[in-house]
Amino acid sequence: MIGSARYWREIPQRYRYEAATCDACGKIHFPPRLVCSSCRGTRFSRTTLAPEGAVETFTIIRVPPTGFTAETPYAVGIVRLDDGVKVTAQIVDADLDELRIGQRVRVEFRRVQKEGEAGLLCYGYKFVPVGV
Amino acid sequence: MRDVAVIGVGMNRWGELWEKSHRRIWTEAALEAIADAGVDHVDALYVGCMSGGLFMGQEHLGALLADQLGMGPIPGTRVESACASGGLAFRQAYLAVASGEHDIVLASGLEKMTDVDGGAATYALSTAADQEYECYHGITFPGLYAMMARVHMHRYGTTREQLARVAVKNHANGLLNPLAQFQSRITVEDVVRSVLVADPLRVLDCSPITDGAAAVILAALPQKGSKREPVKVAASAAATDTIALHDREDIAWLRSTDVAAAKAYAQAGITPEDLSFCEVHDCFTIAEVMVIEALGLTGRGKGGEAAASGMTALGGRVPVNPSGGLKSKGHPVGATGIAQVREAVLQLRGESEGRQVEGARWGLTQNMGGTGASSVVHIFTRA
Repeated sequence: MIGSARYWREIPQRYRYEAATCDACGKIHFPPRLVCSSCRGTRFSRTTLAPEGAVETFTIIRVPPTGFTAETPYAVGIVRLDDGVKVTAQIVDADLDELRIGQRVRVEFRRVQKEGEAGLLCYGYKFVPVGV
Repeated sequence: MRDVAVIGVGMNRWGELWEKSHRRIWTEAALEAIADAGVDHVDALYVGCMSGGLFMGQEHLGALLADQLGMGPIPGTRVESACASGGLAFRQAYLAVASGEHDIVLASGLEKMTDVDGGAATYALSTAADQEYECYHGITFPGLYAMMARVHMHRYGTTREQLARVAVKNHANGLLNPLAQFQSRITVEDVVRSVLVADPLRVLDCSPITDGAAAVILAALPQKGSKREPVKVAASAAATDTIALHDREDIAWLRSTDVAAAKAYAQAGITPEDLSFCEVHDCFTIAEVMVIEALGLTGRGKGGEAAASGMTALGGRVPVNPSGGLKSKGHPVGATGIAQVREAVLQLRGESEGRQVEGARWGLTQNMGGTGASSVVHIFTRA
């Protein structure tokens, strides 16, 4: 259940890919947080995540949650970005039978879901294969 | 801290219990545990429940259940740690007795999952993952474990058949447990031909949606004139990890289980080789594979071979999930951790008819929340 305030709060991450680098140890946090999980530092600088990375693992969702029925089956993966940060997102415009661990991918801004109850169109990042 | 024992256990047949309310299911299990222990009161109760709100539209279970048991005004505490709620409720009850705050405590677990439709149940379960940065993108719980399985298979060569063998073994054990939801033998062929849910996991790799409750009674040792042979809680430990799978250094390693188990072995003064049996959190076949690695029953990456080789079968070196596990016994999430304790107690009393591990001396239970963001490990022995 994604209310409009809840959706709006995450826009800097979902639309602009904003992350936070710990000033003390350099660990990049996505989404930003108040305490660094590596060194408990509390001072951060705003940064933007790397646009490309490689598929660390993935699955093909055949039994979807509410709001994702139209695009089923679809791939969701964990992408290790070139800055070392890992994110979970859909991998689209890919041949599901050809998808492999290690596949290079690039971020794109897409519609992610239509929230049923409030009718919100929800946007964010997805990944597409590079060099295919 | 005082020594603590389990002196009574209770559980009803699990399954799709449309004719029974959550109050009735829970109270039946609680009354059985109280009768088994032969006590006339409890000083407090703890109940593990993952999502009374989303599954039943009912919170405030500590008070509700104390009243149902006719034992108000005793304190009632609801404990939540997703699918590890039962294990953590047991740990809170253990700490309450060990600390001296209470002498006799009821630890219980409850989940009524079939009053909502499949979509709502899937949503409720998904709240154990990161709603904003995992579920937002359309991932499901089978999907998260599928991503762990894919890394395990890619890195360690774990095979599709090895995963299937976990389900086959646990269904075979469940056939010997009259309270299990499924009483059916399945084959490797059945598993690998069942419907794909999230590649590479299929429906027979997944634990089911279940209604059920379980309860146990804890008391301080020594127990004078106890009706039942007390089973000692030799260790109690819990640990956490990142809630989002992608935030972990190693997606194919259950750090919370590793950390909790290491603490528990140290408390009990034993090593994994001393264990007679384990009840572990096989919410998916890959979960059992990864859990037994983190518990040190096999080397890292070697968990896939255990079920296939017979090592973890009844009669094997260390039987895992003699009760049938979550896969066959059912997985009413909040009750699972308590049912694991019940099985450990029955095994150590020598009362697991049909599935008894001969000469059982040390038993371990491992209950896990989400993709391993929380783990609770207990070790039991004869008092």
